[in-house]
Amino acid sequence: MGVGRRLKVDCTVNGSRHVADGVWEGESLLYVLRERFGLYGSKNACEQGECGSCSVYLDGTLVCACLVLGGQANGRSLVTIEGLDGEKVEQAFVEAGAVQCGFCTPGLVVAAHDLLQRVPRPTDAQIREALAGNICRCTGYAKIIAAVHMAAGSA
Amino acid sequence: MRVGESVQRSDGPAKVRGDFAYSSDLHAEGMLWGATVRSPHPYARILSIDASGARTMPGVRAVLTHEDVPGQKLYGLEIQDQPVLAFDFVRYWGEAIAVVAADHPEQARRAAEKVRVEYQVLSPVTEPEQALSANAPQLHPGGNVTREVKIRHGDQSARADVVVRGEYEIGMQDQAPLGPESGLAIPDGEGGVDLSIATQWLHVDQEQLAGILGLPKEMVRLTLAGIGGAFGAREDLSMQAHACLLALKTGRPVKISYSRTESFVGHVHRHPGRLAYEHGANRDGRLVYVRARIILDGGAYASSSTAVIANATCFSVGPYVCPNATIDGIVVYTNNPPCGAMRGFGSVQNCYAHEAQMDRLAAALDMDPVELRIRNAMETGSEMITGQVIDGPVPVAELLRRVKAFPSPLGAEGQGDGGGMHDLTAMPGGVSNTTHGEGVKRGVGYAVGFKNIGYSEGFDDYSTARVRLYVVDGRPRVEVHSAAAEVGQGIVTVQAQIAGTELGVSDVVVLNADTGVGSAGSSSASRQTYITGGAVKAASEAVCKRALELAESELHPASELRIENDTVVGADGKQIVSLATLLGDAVIEETREFRPRRTHRLNPETGQSNAHMQFAFAAHRAVVDVDTELGLLKVVELATAQDVGRAINPIAVQGQLEGGAAQGLGLAVMEEIQVKDGVIRNPSFTDYLLPTILDMPPVRMDILELGDPNSPYGLKGVGEPPTISSGPAIVAAIRAATGREITRVPVRPHDLTP
Amino acid sequence: MEFMQPATWSEALAMKAAHPEATPIAGGTDVMVGLNLDHGRPESIIDLTRIRELGEWGSDDGWLRIGAGVTYTKLIDELGDRLPGLAMASRTVGSPQIRNRGTVGGNLGTASPAGDAHPPLLAADAQVELASATGTRRVPVREFFTGPKQTTMRKDELIAAFLVEPAAGPQQFSKVGTRNAMVIAVCSFALALDPARRRVGTGIGSAGPTPLRATEAERFLEGVLDEQGSWDRRTRVSEAAVTRFGELVASAARPIDDVRGTAAYRRHALSVLARRCFTWAWAAA
Repeated sequence: MGVGRRLKVDCTVNGSRHVADGVWEGESLLYVLRERFGLYGSKNACEQGECGSCSVYLDGTLVCACLVLGGQANGRSLVTIEGLDGEKVEQAFVEAGAVQCGFCTPGLVVAAHDLLQRVPRPTDAQIREALAGNICRCTGYAKIIAAVHMAAGSA
Repeated sequence: MRVGESVQRSDGPAKVRGDFAYSSDLHAEGMLWGATVRSPHPYARILSIDASGARTMPGVRAVLTHEDVPGQKLYGLEIQDQPVLAFDFVRYWGEAIAVVAADHPEQARRAAEKVRVEYQVLSPVTEPEQALSANAPQLHPGGNVTREVKIRHGDQSARADVVVRGEYEIGMQDQAPLGPESGLAIPDGEGGVDLSIATQWLHVDQEQLAGILGLPKEMVRLTLAGIGGAFGAREDLSMQAHACLLALKTGRPVKISYSRTESFVGHVHRHPGRLAYEHGANRDGRLVYVRARIILDGGAYASSSTAVIANATCFSVGPYVCPNATIDGIVVYTNNPPCGAMRGFGSVQNCYAHEAQMDRLAAALDMDPVELRIRNAMETGSEMITGQVIDGPVPVAELLRRVKAFPSPLGAEGQGDGGGMHDLTAMPGGVSNTTHGEGVKRGVGYAVGFKNIGYSEGFDDYSTARVRLYVVDGRPRVEVHSAAAEVGQGIVTVQAQIAGTELGVSDVVVLNADTGVGSAGSSSASRQTYITGGAVKAASEAVCKRALELAESELHPASELRIENDTVVGADGKQIVSLATLLGDAVIEETREFRPRRTHRLNPETGQSNAHMQFAFAAHRAVVDVDTELGLLKVVELATAQDVGRAINPIAVQGQLEGGAAQGLGLAVMEEIQVKDGVIRNPSFTDYLLPTILDMPPVRMDILELGDPNSPYGLKGVGEPPTISSGPAIVAAIRAATGREITRVPVRPHDLTP
Repeated sequence: MEFMQPATWSEALAMKAAHPEATPIAGGTDVMVGLNLDHGRPESIIDLTRIRELGEWGSDDGWLRIGAGVTYTKLIDELGDRLPGLAMASRTVGSPQIRNRGTVGGNLGTASPAGDAHPPLLAADAQVELASATGTRRVPVREFFTGPKQTTMRKDELIAAFLVEPAAGPQQFSKVGTRNAMVIAVCSFALALDPARRRVGTGIGSAGPTPLRATEAERFLEGVLDEQGSWDRRTRVSEAAVTRFGELVASAARPIDDVRGTAAYRRHALSVLARRCFTWAWAAA
């Protein structure tokens, strides 16, 4: 069976060129990032775009890596949690107690980073609408909202 | 980093950067991928399994069936009734029949598809009542009753002035931890295996795996991998045995990582239940009796059903004084998905029922529902319906008064938490634009619940901790090692706080949990801070004692010494010697097991017994806006009061109260595994709906620290109570807003509309 | 599985002609779910994300011609004022991550009865532009859907664009879901009023084998508004008429019981949504 000796994925991830050979055509960008490039920071919680745990930037746009086909990333530029300039958001998440199991956290950090790029001082309602695609099962979200405000305050 | 301070969690920085390795993030050179062949039928006889077609598929390295299980073919936490790989029968939809290892996950999946299983399809038992009927097929050798628990307390024929009856139904909830079941098994080349795994209890996995693999325990070593949430879903084995079997067979590392759909059949769920209640009370509102029949659907295998039904029955009346009780709890086998542990563990289902009953009783008596609850509230020295007298603080009335006393949330009806008229996110329906205030009514509801902390009914509850004190780079360091599973609750940080507090040392390192140290018991029953915390405290005290003995023998005989800020100080607080100097090259190491007080089996005829070790209480108030025309909801606010005994890490305690309430909200208004004819109809996050950030309101909270005289630092388990009464309070608020009875959760829009 | 990545539209059409069974992919929000959850394996996939013009929109003889690859986010940001109904529906699609990738073209191609974009496109009487190596044709959205996930598209065709007139009057969209975000419609309703042409447009989602119009409800409401001269004077419309409109919308639905809701609830909810949408739209007219 021809499981993937066909495709080459050649893209920029976190500023440097990444190439994977022999990629099966059905592999998602999430799989390529994790299992081909060893960037496991983007998480595989639902693989259907419902939880946001695999949020990354694709050419500057916030997307779920699980919904991008590996081949679609050819020639594109990606920023994952590992390469995110997100120290303020990251620190705020730790300080605010917004992390428990942490599986949703990288995706939330990227999504919150994206929100703060667009809206530097978001209201609660703006935070809620912007993060509606990031499911957290542990925290009940209160401290996530607090973390985003904290990050905005220090921006 | 001391007990009682809000401490940032030590794994936080790695988690926010994506550097923390969860069980699905593991990789090894030459690694194979496992895939599982699963039953498409809820009940069938297996006539034959033909794996020959799969074995010749490209990239396939092994295909295993039950014939390849060298040791015990059945496993289970309490009753060994579940096949590692199915033989003779499949008893639920999605049951594992064979496993495949291949070079690439897609090859493994395609090969799994080629395993031919010939079935004789049987008519499944899908209703608990059906399972109890005389002519039902017997799904297990001992029949379809997994356990029956009877409570006969007080006068069995008591009569009351006012009687209310109700029947309630609870849907099947999923723990839905975000991290999928996953792990990596690596053969050691000498017949043994090392497994990195996300589990709630390393040692019980180890014990079961050793039996299944037919190996001595020392040859099955487990290391805790990062856990993406648990909530009860990781108490039972999922892919552990399969990965080990494949690794031992192929001689190569094998990774298995479930998809979300597979996860829905890969772990047990919260038991759905039907609960019929009758409450009798005097005209002044005091309970005279409660009679109840509780039936839980345990699904195809026992898992922890026998303990769940005990809880559902023991706590069936809620935290109220009730002199007479007749309760029958029964959990049965069916061909539905297996059910077991989930946060709240039996006390969630019954809380919906007893709290609805208390509201009915209040209505019948024309009393304020909170007043009625307070009038019946347990207090210190109160007797449970199991005859157990509860010692220590029992602040039921206080918790209710506190949640009632919270100010009302900002914002009027239909305006959420003050977001304003035009903020759709504050409306029932959210940005889906279903109402601009039309049809919206606000309701307020209250609920209180309680449950046991730690194991019950004589189960040997203990944990082990090893604490080492030594000098590194001229500074003292404390190393803590236990097998306690960090599932996100913060037990790693708690261990560091306790060791740091007891030893007065600032540099505390908590080693990763593994089976290289004694059992910690499971991260469940809200017990880890108490039990493993107790073990770390005991081991730290022992290390401290030895260090001080050393100081006394060498330097200051007979003086009252203690350690503060890495230094031995005298009774007058004067610094005597730095720990680094005192210790030099010496290493002080102590291992301690900690056991709380013993519990006892329930009397099989009367259910009377001191079956539980500690009790935790919480109350909730919910404010809910309901679009009464569309049946859509916006939970505007939750308020809670909970006695945590002592908050070891207050910020983490708050997180438990908020997150636990969110899971309660989920069951109340949206989360349900829908099972039809034994088949799960919604095994995905598209249709199994979890609360989003737009569904979960702010949580006001009062955290009481009343101190339990029996526990380390006076602490109480924290994790589960928030999940117990939050949902019932929400449902009470919906009742108040709509005037409808609502006897089933989750509440669906069509339950609220004509 | 074969992965094809055409650089131009004509190349894409040639590939589709040569591989009529190929699955086109753009934002991936439907296709990838099927791949990841192993719902099937297409023989081949044509990636349309390299074709620049698919992601663009412009004017075409008084209509807006919107490339099939325009994302929901772009639609909300750039066309929200001209297509308020579609923008409201777009805002209810998934999450920011989904709206950043998902496209109306993909929504049309998947042709789920629950597709959020369909009701406003029906209400606005939009057209779908289909292209193949042999030519281009435009099909009214009202004729496009033929069954659950089935359309009038031929296997050699791809969706090039959809065409819709800028709103000539108030538009509304309302969607029922069982949580307050990130939810597939239990049912949905779109309304477009065109005072100049005295037309009422409707669209029903997730309450039938295909997205539906409530034709009888449209005619009824037009009649009421005409009769009372309401279009010109914006007079209050009687509660009885609004209720009747709701009932007619509900009766146009052909819902079933499924995992997301019951048929009876869907009908009931549609009558409420229709009443509310009209009330809001009329207040803005």
